[in-house]
Amino acid sequence: MNMMVKVEDKLYQNRYIVDESRPHIRIKDAESCTSCTSQACTYCCPAACYSRNEAGSVTLITDGCLECGTCRVVCQDKENIQWDYPRGGYGISYKFG
Amino acid sequence: MVEKFDAIVIGAGPSGNAATYTLAKAGLNVLQLERGEYPGAKNVQGGIMYAAELEKIIPDFRDDCPTERHIIEQRVWLLGDDNYIGTNYRSDAFNTDRPNRYTIIRANIDKWFSEKIRAAGGLQICETTVTELIRDGAGKVIGVRTDREGGEIHADVVIMADGVNALLAKRTGFQQEAAPENVALAVKEILFIDPELIQQRFGLKDDEGVVIEIMGKVTKGMVGTAFLYTNKESLTIGIGCLISDFKAGNCPPYKMLEDLKRHPVIKPLIEGAEMKEYAAHMIPEGGYKAVPQLYGDGWMVVGDAAHLNNAAHREGSNLAMASGRMAAETVIELKQSGLAPTAANLAEYKRKMDASFVMKDLKKYRELPGIMHNNKQFFGAYPDVITAAAHNWFTVDSVDKKTKEKEIMASFVKKRSVFGLVGDALKLVRAVR
Ligand SMILES: Cc1cc2nc3c(=O)[nH]c(=O)nc-3n(C[C@H](O)[C@H](O)[C@H](O)COP(=O)(O)OP(=O)(O)OC[C@H]3O[C@@H](n4cnc5c(N)ncnc54)[C@H](O)[C@@H]3O)c2cc1C
Ligand code: SF4
Repeated sequence: MNMMVKVEDKLYQNRYIVDESRPHIRIKDAESCTSCTSQACTYCCPAACYSRNEAGSVTLITDGCLECGTCRVVCQDKENIQWDYPRGGYGISYKFG
Repeated sequence: MVEKFDAIVIGAGPSGNAATYTLAKAGLNVLQLERGEYPGAKNVQGGIMYAAELEKIIPDFRDDCPTERHIIEQRVWLLGDDNYIGTNYRSDAFNTDRPNRYTIIRANIDKWFSEKIRAAGGLQICETTVTELIRDGAGKVIGVRTDREGGEIHADVVIMADGVNALLAKRTGFQQEAAPENVALAVKEILFIDPELIQQRFGLKDDEGVVIEIMGKVTKGMVGTAFLYTNKESLTIGIGCLISDFKAGNCPPYKMLEDLKRHPVIKPLIEGAEMKEYAAHMIPEGGYKAVPQLYGDGWMVVGDAAHLNNAAHREGSNLAMASGRMAAETVIELKQSGLAPTAANLAEYKRKMDASFVMKDLKKYRELPGIMHNNKQFFGAYPDVITAAAHNWFTVDSVDKKTKEKEIMASFVKKRSVFGLVGDALKLVRAVR
């Protein structure tokens, strides 16, 4: 939890243009996350978008997403992430990069 | 009616900008599409920019290019738990009229490059994500579809400069998804600080700069490196490791970055600075063996999207610019000779690349990614024994030097057998020879 707070502080500095209620990344079948032993997305995502929930599955909130693609790469064997870019103009908008 | 261009370039990073500019300057009718709010909005770089490639494209770039500091000193540090050992190379000879390397802020450079493109007559449209390549019945790429209203846009040739995720090539079947051991995830922050403090702490004047490449305990045994670069009024600090290691390692990237910032030899350098942005991006690090097919009927792929990145030397943007330029030059030559951009004709792009530093360098280091991946002691055991050896050697404590030598050797052998040590050295030499 402590760590979560810190990444939120980091993300707070960033500029986002949020596409309300149109998340660009989706967990295809949350049920099957319960049988994933690593749930690597929950600790590999640099924006901590994925977290393990009470049901033992994974919850995804894409608001802080940095669009790096890491979650797609770590989940490719399970193929349980539908990954896309946000619509043109939306999402992270780096001032410095 | 469907609009038709000589060429469409997807992406406004260094590879796409190099391609678009070269095409526009030659008078071709080129359209560049970028999904960001503005050029650079989606891009991340350390960033060091190497002059040579940009100079080939825009010879007088130094007149108005918004670079930060030109680099007069390069440090390479190996960090232990509370110490470092390293090399510094500094030379006043780097203080020339035409410096070779600069630190940059990615977004500033991308905006500047886009202005050059527009001035050269290229058409650039931002806030537009290309969703699909359009192919004809024979499989030839004939245009793109975007997420904007207005349907299809056609072109004789489509250049994919869309970066490391390379979604379009993957979706069209031109490429496979990258293996986790072939891509690194890097996280970085920009820290604003009084320029005078930068000058004091790094011993600089005017727009001189220092860059520090960092290896060692901070990557927690994972294959990766960190960096600290001096900009005009800010410092850039970042760390990246292979995604396969993040997947196995259980240390979140942001925690690794936080630990780096708190390291006792790093902390005093960044103290008092204010963090203004946190970024993350992947870097293609599979090297030569991971480079996909670079061209086909009506299409080419350049830059990170083609996995053109030299991880050993931390070069990416220059390989991106070189490939973008060579792709564009191929299109220009075909156009001038009235030839169609078929796969057979576009093969010239690959020939150009093979003859250039891009493929030659990648080929030279082709074994390195595998060796790093399979020999974690470079990132785990070695930083420990080497820094401990230095500590022993430089501690003056009335132990005679011969005994110290013996202790140091013993500590090396204890961590890894003599055969292991010799073997590692040989493997490294072979990989970088
Ligand atoms: C942390 C970090 C540090 C680095 N440090 C250095 C360094 O010091 N020196 C160096 O030379 N290199 C460095 N690199 C590597 C360098 O940044 C890359 O090699 C370089 O940016 C690649 O350029 P590119 O044009 O191929 O791709 P990118 O710069 O990634 O550009 C791709 C562009 O395409 C756009 N795009 C993607 N998909 C679409 C789509 N479907 N439709 C429309 N637009 C799209 C993106 O928004 C983006 O603007 C670093 C990389 C990272 C991550
Ligand atoms: S793309 Fe990157 S930042 Fe976004 S959810 Fe996936 S891992 Fe996290």
